[in-house]
Amino acid sequence: MNESSVSRPPPLGAGGVLLRLALIGIILLLIVLAFGYVGGWLAPKRLTAQRMVNQLQADNGVFPGYRRNHAKGVCVTGYFDSNGQAQAYSVAQVFAPGRTPVVGRFAVPSGNPYAPDSSVPIRSMAIRFSEANGQQWRTGMNAMPVFPVTTPQAFYELLQAQHPDPTTGKPDPAKLGAFFGAHPEAGPFLAWVKTAKPSASYATESYWSLNAFVLVDAQGNKHAVRWRMVSENGESTPGGSDPNYLDADLAQRLAQGPQRWHLVITLANPGDPTNDATKAWPADRRDVDAGTLVLTASEPQANGPCRDINYDPLVLPDGIEASDDPLLPARSAAYATSYLRRTSEEAHLPGTAVADTKPEAK
Amino acid sequence: MTRSSTQFVPAARVLHWLMAVMVLSMLFIGVGMVASVSEWHQCLIHIHKPLGIAILVLVVVRLIVRLRNPPPPLPADMPAVQKFAAHASHWVLYVLMLIIPLVGWAMLSAGGYPVMLSDSLRLPPIFPVNAAAFAILRHAHAWLAMLLFLTFLAHLGAALYHGLIRRDGVLRSMVGGRAK
Repeated sequence: MNESSVSRPPPLGAGGVLLRLALIGIILLLIVLAFGYVGGWLAPKRLTAQRMVNQLQADNGVFPGYRRNHAKGVCVTGYFDSNGQAQAYSVAQVFAPGRTPVVGRFAVPSGNPYAPDSSVPIRSMAIRFSEANGQQWRTGMNAMPVFPVTTPQAFYELLQAQHPDPTTGKPDPAKLGAFFGAHPEAGPFLAWVKTAKPSASYATESYWSLNAFVLVDAQGNKHAVRWRMVSENGESTPGGSDPNYLDADLAQRLAQGPQRWHLVITLANPGDPTNDATKAWPADRRDVDAGTLVLTASEPQANGPCRDINYDPLVLPDGIEASDDPLLPARSAAYATSYLRRTSEEAHLPGTAVADTKPEAK
Repeated sequence: MTRSSTQFVPAARVLHWLMAVMVLSMLFIGVGMVASVSEWHQCLIHIHKPLGIAILVLVVVRLIVRLRNPPPPLPADMPAVQKFAAHASHWVLYVLMLIIPLVGWAMLSAGGYPVMLSDSLRLPPIFPVNAAAFAILRHAHAWLAMLLFLTFLAHLGAALYHGLIRRDGVLRSMVGGRAK
């Protein structure tokens, strides 16, 4: 075989050329349309992380450099002392007896970093465990026993219902009422929140994972779990009317000594829902005390070690896996979007929001 | 059959078609996973990272094959502009396939994320932890991927133009098969 064997077929007529050009155009167009659909640009009704974070921004305003939710917070550092009791259920290095360093963050669940501490009766705790093998476990927990909704779509609709009415500056009670009327799964949360009071301290609260996860043991067996950080500090007391008391309280407590929580892992019974964070598991489920979280210092988040950490609940080490809870991938995706927006603002990239010189006025 | 100067060597053809499937899948996985809040999000991310590293390894092999085996010449009657566009687009594709995975790896490193290829396999970081660098690398990763998608469209369009309209043996040089 040689070059001369490549012979050209007879030339096409003008009509043939046009027809074949059209065919090529159609093939390319179909690929572009498929790409646009998969990428969400041609699927305007699909709930995406970008649309979810846009709604948070619409509700709370845009505060450049801050997280789009749980914006007000404080960095903490310390360690986790594992007692080895969770080792039977998970091969994660963090559960082997010994110490794992942590960088954490306490926060107030609002997209507004200037929201008064008493504006929400909920606090949150995020922790990054750094295992010696380089793997990490990141978890974001809330001081409430159940989540209001089951699905990302319902959470998005809740954010829409919470959008402040331009005339009053507050959510429209009729819209909120309509939302909760259509979402009976929020019942346990509403019953809890009625009695909840904004606590005077981060250190007295206990924090729930809310979502279920799966522990994997050395034999490869899987165990559905939820976990919570249980404070050693007894009763929580309601905070006062001062807009900022949580950080000072925490600093004062830490000045007197480390603050401790027990990591309590609850094992599901067969049939307990792992895909519905609105439903608490029955109280008789087996609890495993995996060890003690010891926090030794706090720092303002503006330059603290937690600032640039995305507490994505799906950054998991070997031995801990996601469950089928639909909220988990949505949290992961929305946190990634929030992280990209705020780090882009930190980098002063063109097109990103610029910090207001007087943010307190907002 | 002896080696024909009108065809790419078999190794080049195997690598081309294998990577064509991988890269095109990767582009769809990439835009799909960032636009999804469903269980697809996690599933696609778990494919995206090891597939990206596989592309990185294969493109290095491919560049070695390419440098050792010059491709068959383009038809002599092709306009110079088209010849230039063909060569330039090939090198743009090689460079993008090489740097997009590296930018992705550096981006996760800068964001302080462990770079996990599976439940337990972790790659070392290749960039210091830095939030501003993360943002720049994350945007670069997406824009370079868009450029790769556009270059792919041009490449596919040109290949079909050669195969359906010019019928000059250029498409066959990569598809393989006997010349008529």
